[in-house]
Amino acid sequence: MLKDLITPENANVFVGKLGDILEKAIDKPLGYAINWGRIWSLWPVHIETACCSVEFGAASSPRYDVERFGIIEAFGSLRQCDLVVVQGTITRKMAPRLRLVYDQMPEPKYVIAMGACAITGGLYFDSYNVLPGIDGVIPVDVYVPGCPPRPETLIQGCILLQEKIKRMKARKFV
Amino acid sequence: MTTEIMPGLALQKVDERIMTLNVGPQHPGSGHMRIVVQIDGDYIVACDPDPGYVHRGEEKMAEYRNYITNIPHLERPVIHDSCNVLYPYVLGAEELLGIEVPERAKYIRVIASELNRCIYIMYWLAIYGIFLGHSTMFMWPAGDREFLIDLMEKMSGARVTHAHFVPGGVRNDLPPNFEDVCLRQVNYFEKRIKEYAAVFYDNPILISRTQDTGVLSKQDAIRLGTTGSVLRASGVDYDLRVKEPYDVYDELDIHTNVMKEGDAYARSRIPWLDMMESCNIIRQALQKMPKSGSVRTKLKPNPKTKIPATVYKRVESGRGSLGCYIVSDGKTEPYRLKLSVPSFRNLIALPYLLKGEKLGNMPSVYWSLNYWPVEADR
Amino acid sequence: MSTETQPPDVTPKEKPTPAKKPEEKPVDLPAFEKGLSDKITEKFGDKIEVAFVKEDRVRINVGRENVHEVAEFIRDELNFDHVESVSGVDFPKDKEIEVVYHIGSYTDSSLSRQILVLATRAQREDNPIPGKDATILPTLRNIFYSVEFHEREIFEMFGVFFEGHPDNRRLLLPEDWADLPPLRKDFDSRGR
Repeated sequence: MLKDLITPENANVFVGKLGDILEKAIDKPLGYAINWGRIWSLWPVHIETACCSVEFGAASSPRYDVERFGIIEAFGSLRQCDLVVVQGTITRKMAPRLRLVYDQMPEPKYVIAMGACAITGGLYFDSYNVLPGIDGVIPVDVYVPGCPPRPETLIQGCILLQEKIKRMKARKFV
Repeated sequence: MTTEIMPGLALQKVDERIMTLNVGPQHPGSGHMRIVVQIDGDYIVACDPDPGYVHRGEEKMAEYRNYITNIPHLERPVIHDSCNVLYPYVLGAEELLGIEVPERAKYIRVIASELNRCIYIMYWLAIYGIFLGHSTMFMWPAGDREFLIDLMEKMSGARVTHAHFVPGGVRNDLPPNFEDVCLRQVNYFEKRIKEYAAVFYDNPILISRTQDTGVLSKQDAIRLGTTGSVLRASGVDYDLRVKEPYDVYDELDIHTNVMKEGDAYARSRIPWLDMMESCNIIRQALQKMPKSGSVRTKLKPNPKTKIPATVYKRVESGRGSLGCYIVSDGKTEPYRLKLSVPSFRNLIALPYLLKGEKLGNMPSVYWSLNYWPVEADR
Repeated sequence: MSTETQPPDVTPKEKPTPAKKPEEKPVDLPAFEKGLSDKITEKFGDKIEVAFVKEDRVRINVGRENVHEVAEFIRDELNFDHVESVSGVDFPKDKEIEVVYHIGSYTDSSLSRQILVLATRAQREDNPIPGKDATILPTLRNIFYSVEFHEREIFEMFGVFFEGHPDNRRLLLPEDWADLPPLRKDFDSRGR
């Protein structure tokens, strides 16, 4: 009986409908699983741009342990990392290098702009060597304000990024 | 033959033996700067430091702000040692504006300066641990410095970048029970840092990596104009708190730590000994401090220096002697402000020391120069 | 609760300032520093000008032709051995750029507090081409090795070319900087 239903004309419709059913059954749980894996192992690239790096280092310290969220500053190359934390002021000399680093990272990648200087230029907005914010160079996901932001604020920013990733489509990158 | 792809990024024809490597800003062992090394096999032949990635134009910005609004951006070269970066500026501004500082404010400034010195040295030791691959040495100092950061937070309200020093004294008085809490924390802190000997300084791996590498002789240290712990590790007994005391350092009893070897091990050990000395200084200052009194000499809103004058003041910070040269022409803004930072002065030792070293020794020599890249760029 | 001092611009004459010192010169000038400045004056006479003699600071203004000799004398006879900092100051009204060396001593224990301030002036051009115009000063690198990076920084920030320096290159500014040298007074950094 199935053979009478599937004729050469409506085979592709049948396959399409089967695909729809499979998508609805598997895609959401699969996407949820993939995003869950991405959230709990965000590895930042080892690039320190300016003075906020001190508070980033303090966030990795035993008191404000950010490693419990999976954010370990991996010592390896940036090809294994998926998070760029832009810490502080971006100067005209550093901006091309930051763009290079961002381009060399594999997808999926996320950017946190940390500190007032990375968001709008901050205290140094009228200096000759400072870019007014990083979002003209690389696309930013989460902005963490502060000068420098307390480590708790940075951790809250990371949690916001986790919430954002949970809502992202995982299948695009798979 | 060199072709430029973009400014600063060039393709170069590779020589037969010598290879040019870029230990760039994105590197676990480089900090915020780039070092271009030319290596022959495993040995470094030449080295060219490339600072300037955090050059924010502090000196130019200082010419557009008056003496009080200059404080926030001038303390950001080293955000966790901010009191010591502001100290020579504040001393110079006081001399130009001709104001006297109350006694209690001087003691508070000394205590804040010593706390900041310890906070800076702990972070420097933590990063030294990362560079050498010793992650316990990152965790222990980074965790223990939080005790002192708590003290600074009680005193000034901020964890780092306190903006607590103003020309005329300190912004606010100490909170009510500060002396007891400070004494307790400092005693515990001193007990903790003595334990670092077991995990770091007596560690045979550290000793084999840093002993006899990057040796800086006494004549060279003087000739190159190095300062701070680099100088004291090469046998020169020079500490500005003893030689040219400012504020109340002439009433305190300070012992200078000097080591003769001049290698990277000595340079990594001297700041640790300095921290224990700082604990002594804090205890003495807490004892001798006047129990009450004003802490600030108020200024008029836009203070002007009346006479064209120049002043050069220097202070011993966590890295060495920091100087501030102010040229004023009688207006509310300084005409020229120059910060002479110890990291920039110690940078000249880097190409000098790295010649002939193995590439693997580069992080241990480079960071042992007590170098903070953000400060060197100002 | 803070004490109110007299505001500075009400009674400027009563402040202890260098301007008042010439009246009290015979009594108040610090002796050791005066000895230093006397030694330099007696060797060089009127080629130099002693700007001030304060506690721990002696300032000497020299023309650019003689700065090399004076620096050699300071190193050999007076035992100063390193340069702490080199700063440039731009005076567009006088059409000059002043370069100030702060020289200190580690070896001589009587000089451990002293800083000798040596200042020279270079001619200033309105349209600078750094390296190829008349803003030139002799380098002090072969006398004091520690000025190497400091002079490079002054070259890029002010456009002062140091003749004899082996390596007059960019240090802190980006490689593609094509604007005026930033620390000059006609470079207004706001809104650029």
